[in-house]
Parts: sequence; C-alpha cells; structure tokens
Amino acid sequence: MVVFSYPIALLAEVVSVEFQNGGTSPVEEPRIIAFCCMYCAYAAADAAGSMRLNYPPNVHIVLMPCSGRVDDLFILKAFESGADGVYIAGCEEGSCHFVSGNLRAKRRVFFLKRILEEIGIEPERLEMFHISASQGGLFARVAKEMTEKVRLLGIIKWNKS
Amino acid sequence: MVVAERKPIQEIMEMVAGYNKILLVGCKGCVTVCCAGGTKEVGILASTLRIARKKEGKPIEIVERTLERQCDPEYIEQVADVVERDGVEAVLSMACSVGPQYMAKRYNIPVYPSLNTTFIGGSLEHGVWAEFCQACGNCVIHHFGGICPVSRCSKSLFNGPCGGSSKGKCEVSSEIDCAWQLIYDRMIALGKLDELTKVFPVKDWSTSRDGGPRKVVREDMRL
Amino acid sequence: MKVGSKLEKVLAAGHFAVTGELGPPRGADVEVIRKKAEHLRGIVDSINVTDNQTSVVRMCSMAVCKLLVDMGLEPNLQMTCRDRNRIAIQSDLLGAYALGIRNVLCLSGDHNKFGDHPQAKNVFDLDSMQLIQVVRKMRDEGKLLNGQECEGKASFFIGAAVNPFGDPFDFRPIRLAKKVAAGVDFVQTQCIYNMDKFKEYMRRVVDMGLAEKCYILAGITPLKSLGMARYMAKSVPGLDVPDYYIKRLQGVPKDKQAEEGIKMAVEQIQEIREIPGVAGIHLMAIEWEHKAKEILERAGLLPRPEVN
Repeated sequence: MVVFSYPIALLAEVVSVEFQNGGTSPVEEPRIIAFCCMYCAYAAADAAGSMRLNYPPNVHIVLMPCSGRVDDLFILKAFESGADGVYIAGCEEGSCHFVSGNLRAKRRVFFLKRILEEIGIEPERLEMFHISASQGGLFARVAKEMTEKVRLLGIIKWNKS
Repeated sequence: MVVAERKPIQEIMEMVAGYNKILLVGCKGCVTVCCAGGTKEVGILASTLRIARKKEGKPIEIVERTLERQCDPEYIEQVADVVERDGVEAVLSMACSVGPQYMAKRYNIPVYPSLNTTFIGGSLEHGVWAEFCQACGNCVIHHFGGICPVSRCSKSLFNGPCGGSSKGKCEVSSEIDCAWQLIYDRMIALGKLDELTKVFPVKDWSTSRDGGPRKVVREDMRL
Repeated sequence: MKVGSKLEKVLAAGHFAVTGELGPPRGADVEVIRKKAEHLRGIVDSINVTDNQTSVVRMCSMAVCKLLVDMGLEPNLQMTCRDRNRIAIQSDLLGAYALGIRNVLCLSGDHNKFGDHPQAKNVFDLDSMQLIQVVRKMRDEGKLLNGQECEGKASFFIGAAVNPFGDPFDFRPIRLAKKVAAGVDFVQTQCIYNMDKFKEYMRRVVDMGLAEKCYILAGITPLKSLGMARYMAKSVPGLDVPDYYIKRLQGVPKDKQAEEGIKMAVEQIQEIREIPGVAGIHLMAIEWEHKAKEILERAGLLPRPEVN
C-alpha cells in the first residue's frame, strides 16, 4: 500500500480499512504495520524483494515521504484499528533527507511508548529502526524479528465481555 | 500564555469510567501553543482512550471538537448541538481550567478537566516551557531588570538573593536558575546596581489572589 | 541600649560574644529540651531556638524560648517568613515579648521543598529584610506594619542571618548593608569553613563601615565526622567546605575524627577572633550540645562575662 502525504484523518482511515478487511494475515496472526521512509527503508524493502528474501506477510508497509512524517496519531490509529505491533523504519542517524525527520520520529516513538504503557499495552509493540536503502537483508531481518517479538507478546486481547 | 499539561491517562480513565459517550473538547488558544490541548492533542487523547476502553471491553464513543477558545461564552455555545442533542453523557475539556468551568456553567452534564493548568509562562525552546508570571496584579519587574522575583525566585524574595544561591542556581533545584543572580547580573549590565541597594518595601498582595477572586471591568466596552 | 537583653549587654560592653543553638524536638517532650539547654547553661550568652529548621516540623520556637526563659536562660527567637504571613508574624512578636523573649532572629526560611512536608503551601508574604523592618517599626515607633499604635511596645534586639558564601559573592556585603539599613542589630553568619573567603568578606564589610553598625557573629559548626564533612560539602547549598578539612579528617582514624573535629573548631574560633570586625561567634553544635563546653573552654571563651 502506498500512502503519500495524506491528511492525518484520511491516512488513519486507510490504515483502518486495511485492517478491517483483515489484510493478508491469517486469523490469530499478529498484524504489524511498518511506516517506511521512501528514501531508505521502503527502497530496502524493494531490495529485499529483488534479492528474493522472504519476510513475514504479517508486516504491512505504509510508504512515507520521511519517517518524520509519521504523526503520533498515525501510530495510535494503527493500534486503534487493530494492529498488534507498529514500527517506523527511517534512515540511519545523520542521513535523513530532511535533516532530522528520523530523529523526530525516534522521539515520538519514545513519547508514545509511555502512553501505551499507561494504558496497559506493552511498549515493545512499538519500535523505531534505522535501515538504509541498500540494506535489503536488514529490512527482512527487522520484519522477522518484529513479527517474532509481537507473536511472543501475543495479539492484543480486546476484552469482549 | 497559560501553560498546561495533560493529566496522567489513568486519572482521565477514572474520570470517564462510567460513560459510554463523551465530548472531548480542545481549545485553540494557549493550550494549543503549549501543545497540551489543541486539535492534535485531542486526537491523541481520544485515540488513546478508545484503545484503552476497547481493551477493557467497554468501548467508548468520543466526539472530538476543538473550539476557538473556551474562555468566551460565544465559543462554548458552539458545542450546544453535540452536548444537548447527540446524547453525550459528559464533557472532557482539554482547555486550561477556565474551559471546563465555562462548560460546567453552560451545560447541565458532568464536566471533567483533562489538563493540569500549571502556570503563566513562555517557551524556552521547542518543547520546553517555563514560568514567568504569577499574576500578582501589580507588576514590579522594572525594578528588577525585567525579571520577576515573585514567579522566578522560589521564595518570591524582593530583597534576595537568599543564602542558598549557588553558582547561579537556586537551592531548590540545580535545574532552576537563581532569579536573583539573573537580576544582579542584569542590573550590572544596565549600570543600575545602586537600585538594588535599597530595601524593597513590603508588597501589597491585595491585588493578587490574596484579595479574593479578581475581576477586570472595562466600562467603555460594556454593552 | 535598645532592649537590654543579655546578648545586647555583652556585645555593647565589647565582650566577644558567644551564642549557641538549640533545635527543638519532633514531639512534645520537654525533658529533651531541658537536657539540651542544660548543656549550654553558663557557656553561651544566649541561645538560638530554630523555627522548624529545614522545613521539618518541630516543637514551636516560641514555646521552647519560653521554656528557656523559665529556666533562666536567654533565648533568640528564630522567626521565618515561610510559614506565617504578616498577621501571624506580628501577633507572634507581640506574644513573644509578653513571654519575656527579647532577641529575635529574622529569617526568610529554608524552602519547604527540603522538609518533611514538601506538599505544604508556603507563605513568604514578607522576606527577611522586610521582617527586620517590621520588628524595628514595632520597637522604635511602637507601631504595626499598617501604622496602628500598639498598646504596649514589643522591643526586640534584632538579629538576622548572613551567608558570606552565597553567590553572587560581590553582592553579599551590599546585602548586609541592606539589612543594616532595614534595622538589624546583630547578624550571625552561615557556618564558616573557607576562612580566606570569610576574611575577604569581612574586609569588605569593615571597609563599608558595617561592622560598626551591627554586631557580626561568625558561625561555627564543628565537623563531627568525615561523613558529615562530605555531606556539608556536597549537599548543603550555599556552604563552602574546602578540601583541607576533608583531607584532615581522612588522615585520622574513625574513632579520632570527633576529637579532630573539635580541634579544628577550636582553631577556627581562634583564627576568627583575630579578624577585624567580628564581634563574637555563633556556635551551632548540631546534636552535639554536650561538646559545646569543651570547644569553648579550649578556645578560651569561658567563663562567660557577667553583665548587668
């Protein structure tokens, strides 16, 4: 899925629809959303593809113009819409196309981890990674590791009582 | 501006525990500028509350609005349709504490504050705000090089610095600049140190909160 | 003679004065006070009674002062602006005078953040400088702050605290001048360890003619142990403890540190007596009242002069 400079509300809708349709993950499998910067991690995902590297289908990629474009609300909306894990993949520190977008993203992740903790959702369900465009292997590894970690934490139990 | 910060989520969760539908209303005034209660913070809080309540198995419906201000009755009126016809059970205000009081005055349903109003201040840098005024009602900063001893000295001393001033910092915390060191340095820079050699007289606090709740009236503007 | 308290008489007669200090207990036990006070009997000219020092709740200073008066000892009532507004302060002053208290020490007060009730709402209606003015107005004009006449004047010998080691150093003598202008009769300094800095402070104070306008009592707190020295050096804002003292205490075994502390205090007192402008010492032997006699004896300050 490609999302490019949508207003917040619209983006949130898109994410939400993606999950309401069940995405491509089988039932009881954790659903993970990865906000990927187009200058690095998204290109790395492409590279992983051309290198024929597999990564779990649980991970849904959302293309971002920069990891710094990932708003606090995108992340919360992702969880609200049913994601069990969320991560941002941005450029390595010092090489953001917009100077400091990846650093801002990192701080937001830190801030939101605290909010998640306050409402009883494991903060490890949200992470920040730095992946450069050439690191197809790293992209696949991160996707696998994140999926494994979230699988261990389990899918978020929404109390249906 | 009035600077505020969000209450802990748990405290807010307890406030709204008994409701199924609420109005969360932000303010585009001071609390938007200090990133505590604008449209964005309303979105974040609403989403957080929805996730938390969904997790508890007690989903909550939250109507999100952000008003121009919550300290003028005209704007409070703008949510009348939501409050009176949409069946919201309570109002959660994200304004400084003036907002929820105005809401409570206008609407006959429970109103809750989701912010702690902290002080009158300004930003020091992105994401950092500090106190500069305590609204004592009788500004004297010109006697102190433009630095307010009431709000910026931990003991509100008019004849400081106390013995706890150390290397430019306050005894209360090394995070706090000693206001009297700042005043002293500034008066030297202005060539006005001699003004600090006079004992500053006892302050009349009746213009402050100590005189009871205050009111400002502009007769020329009344209708 | 403004008031005729024993402390004033000692100072006016040109004797090198000695004041002591007594910290009231956390609790209502009078015996604790009597015991502490007896250690100071006959060896100091008057005794400071602290006012909820470091913002920790203790028996009230005025009550303890009254107990000392009843014991035939002279108290210095410490009064802070932290816990009282101008109404309470003036009321307390009138009451203190009625109970026979004649010396008052005017303080802003330690911030409540350090105390045992950091959640308290502090007052600071007045600051120490303004409190001095209030006490002086009461004594010299027989009036309250608002100008009303008092029926029966409350006359006090007015004291204050000064910290020569607080920053900015250059402003400290000016601040003393302000206290003198406000009406202070005597001041007691923060505990002195950095003797060079204190000498420089006194040189400036004497040059400004302040030593002739108020009596300056130098603060002495014996270091009981290496641990205490380190704590004072690190954790007490506005205190200056040079490495010299810490090294000296390091150099002696633990069981000899107290003796070394007493020795250092005696040496300090002797050095201070030579500094022009110093009118006496204020000995703060914190929870060490029973050692006060030995320190003063060895410093050659006993017996205390008789004054009438």
